[in-house]
Amino acid sequence: MAGESNIRTALSNPAGWQSLLSFSILALAYLAAFSSRLFAVIRFESIIHEFDPWFNYRSTHHLVNYGFYNFLNWFDERAWYPLGRIVGGTVYPGLMVTAGTIHWLLNSLHITVHIRDVCVFLAPTFSGLTSIATYLLTKELWSQGAGLLAACFIAIVPGYISRSVAGSYDNEGIAIFALLFTYFLWVKSVKTGSIFWAGCTALAYFYMVSAWGGYVYIINLIPLHVFVLLLMGRFSYRIFVAYCAFFILGLLLSMQVPFVGFQPIRTSEHMASAGVFALLIAYGFLKYLHTHLSSLTKSEMRSLFFFAVAASAAAVLMAVVYLTYAGYVAPWSGRFYSLYDTGYAKIHIPIIASVSEHQPTTWVSFFFDLHVLVCTFPAGVWFCIKKINDERVFIVLYAISASYFAGVMVRLMLTLTPVVCILSAIAFSNVLERYLVDDTPKVHHIEDESEDDEEGDKRNKSKDLYDKVTKTAGKVRKIRHEPSGEPESLGGNVKTIVVMAVMMILMMFAVHCTWVTSNAYSSPSVVLASYNHDGSRNILDDFREAYYWLRQNTDDHSRVMSWWDYGYQIAGMANRTTLVDNNTWNNSHIALVGKAMSSNETRAYEIMKALDVDYVLVIFGGVIGYSGDDINKFLWMVRIAEGEHPKEIREGDYFTPQGEFRVDKAGSKTLLNCLMYKLCYYRFGEMQLDFRTPPGFDRTRNVEIGNKDISFQHLEEAYTTEHWLVRIYKVKKQDNRVRLDHTVRKTDIKPKTKFTSRKSGKRKRGFIKNKLLIKKGKRPSSKNKKPSRKSSSKK
Amino acid sequence: MATSQANVFTVVSKFYDEYVTTTPQRLKIIDAYLAYIMLTGIFQFGYCLLVGTFPFNSFLSGFISCVASFVLGVCLRVQVNPQNRKDFLHISPERAFADFVFAHIILHLVVMNFIG
Repeated sequence: MAGESNIRTALSNPAGWQSLLSFSILALAYLAAFSSRLFAVIRFESIIHEFDPWFNYRSTHHLVNYGFYNFLNWFDERAWYPLGRIVGGTVYPGLMVTAGTIHWLLNSLHITVHIRDVCVFLAPTFSGLTSIATYLLTKELWSQGAGLLAACFIAIVPGYISRSVAGSYDNEGIAIFALLFTYFLWVKSVKTGSIFWAGCTALAYFYMVSAWGGYVYIINLIPLHVFVLLLMGRFSYRIFVAYCAFFILGLLLSMQVPFVGFQPIRTSEHMASAGVFALLIAYGFLKYLHTHLSSLTKSEMRSLFFFAVAASAAAVLMAVVYLTYAGYVAPWSGRFYSLYDTGYAKIHIPIIASVSEHQPTTWVSFFFDLHVLVCTFPAGVWFCIKKINDERVFIVLYAISASYFAGVMVRLMLTLTPVVCILSAIAFSNVLERYLVDDTPKVHHIEDESEDDEEGDKRNKSKDLYDKVTKTAGKVRKIRHEPSGEPESLGGNVKTIVVMAVMMILMMFAVHCTWVTSNAYSSPSVVLASYNHDGSRNILDDFREAYYWLRQNTDDHSRVMSWWDYGYQIAGMANRTTLVDNNTWNNSHIALVGKAMSSNETRAYEIMKALDVDYVLVIFGGVIGYSGDDINKFLWMVRIAEGEHPKEIREGDYFTPQGEFRVDKAGSKTLLNCLMYKLCYYRFGEMQLDFRTPPGFDRTRNVEIGNKDISFQHLEEAYTTEHWLVRIYKVKKQDNRVRLDHTVRKTDIKPKTKFTSRKSGKRKRGFIKNKLLIKKGKRPSSKNKKPSRKSSSKK
Repeated sequence: MATSQANVFTVVSKFYDEYVTTTPQRLKIIDAYLAYIMLTGIFQFGYCLLVGTFPFNSFLSGFISCVASFVLGVCLRVQVNPQNRKDFLHISPERAFADFVFAHIILHLVVMNFIG
């Protein structure tokens, strides 16, 4: 009997149900996050996508094969020929070490997984962990219900999925998890003021530094938070302890990553944190003196105190400015300066400007990536400002700075997504709290209310289980609370309508997210697929076809020249030495390749000979209408080459006199004779794709090409793939005899008439032609100019 | 002039008297430890100015070790000070000391790695 009552009390224990529900909701969110990212793996195969992940995969492969220290000290001579690349010092090792550790752990448990599978599925695993970290952060900021909503939002929101789909083995996959976990630990340390949480924050910050270059965001946002709290007059010793302990441990830990090195004390990006540290120590010390010298007059001390704080802040600022001016501290690097001055990159650093991810964001991307959350996000900000406390100041600052950065660059939508999820969850949680609470005093009314809502729930069956369970969790929790004691109580109908409307909006959100994930963000980019009229799929595997041809038919030490976009893929799949790749650390080397592609064949051959190039690879989309090919990227090659060689390459030469970029007959002569044009359109003039269009009709540019008669002197075609997408040419060695440019003088001309000599053996008397005849007594004719003479002179 | 100097001198001496009489024994021990750490840091920095920064990572690890020990000591003193009780309601002095030890373990492991 005692056992029975025990079980009964246990079953009706609200805290038990609450934690069971939270646990199951979080588990479902993890599963949703993981499975929603698997579209590409199911439709195609388990392959690494895009370009950058191929380098990460190659490095991880090297780590797994040769060990950690060989990875950290790796000098790669098969990239950036002839310069080579110091991989250990120019890469963020967090991603590779994480994948390598998981691989080692699983293999030591005798679960033999290949490293490629670990790499492909790492991002979905960490996205599930991200949703748990978001739950923890939102729980610290607001409440558990909001936390569960935020976890569900970030599990499926497209803004995050775009960079963490299965196969996208890139830094952002683990960096967003590290970011949110660091922020959660920071909020916890600000709330408790304990050195333990500050130390944990420093350790999480170290993981973030090893994972992504975006750690600069953390090390500037946290000092900004502390500074704003000081300005608001919210200083307390908790913040002092939390920030000082975090800063000094984080500084030392961040310098352990070889790529970061001594930057934290030498560059402007880190000076804000050091300045706030000095200011905070000064403030704390002055406050300590203030409490001790309270025996003096209060007003005098207060004014002295404020003056001293302002003076110390000014001193810190002057010190930083002086150090920057004197050259001890480097100014803001180009990547971060271009976030402030958006026109800077286009003029000075064309490589940064040419990356498609660095373009400004359009309005459409905000809705596409965030759907209804972007509308409720300002409401969440307002709620946080209305009920302000120390940690909500942080989230408001995060929201404001992330909104600015997301507007500057498409790639930074990724840092906006978590804060949008958190603040929208707060807004939705507020709405649901208000409209799900019952403040009717009678007990049976409460039961009717809950029955109505549950029936409404069952009527609107949604496909996403976790969404429904979330609403139930919110409802169950709120009903067990005391009535909130609001002055007006809304009728049951109004509440039901509002709750139903909110649930419909959330269902549409879930449908939109799944649709976007399936259609827009799940393509591997290495394999293209097109769909015929009857819905059957046509797979274009040209990239891998070309890379495997290179891998199997060329010498191991041969060097391949292509535009820098494809460098990592060539190194990863074809395993050949490349000249330039996606790391883009050496602008002059890329400009050389660009100059070779933009010049005519003879000039290009000189450059290719100097760089020992054996093969040239170009991407040509004219046969299938692929718009990401090299002719569309050609202007960027010209701009980058012009940046380094302005006397030889001029962008204006490649346009028509009217200023258009055309590849047909009206195109400029320089363009029609440059190497890139020839490489792409070699023998394309003979190809007729369709009976309606003439031969040589480029489907991507929708024109007929201008120069169909292409022949090479120093190159020969090595391989063209099935749909002409990838074209590989071999660079021939120099001729044994150099052909002359001018026409050779002819030395074997036979004269028309045969020359016969008049010289003979007979002795003939010579005679004078046209001899002057003089008759005696007569004057000679006036034709002769000679004066007449008497014939007596002639005897 | 003399009066303002006298003022400053009286303020300082008053502060010193108040410090000696009102601060508990624990805090004085921590203050002595902090003074020792500060001296060590000053010596390290002076040595670096004299000799140069050649193994820069070694200098940095030693100097930051001093600064971090000082900062953590200050944080411990702030948490243990009975005047600040209302700021740290859930942290007993024993918990503060345990956190202090935890942070020092992390610090010295990293310093060992960084010192080369």
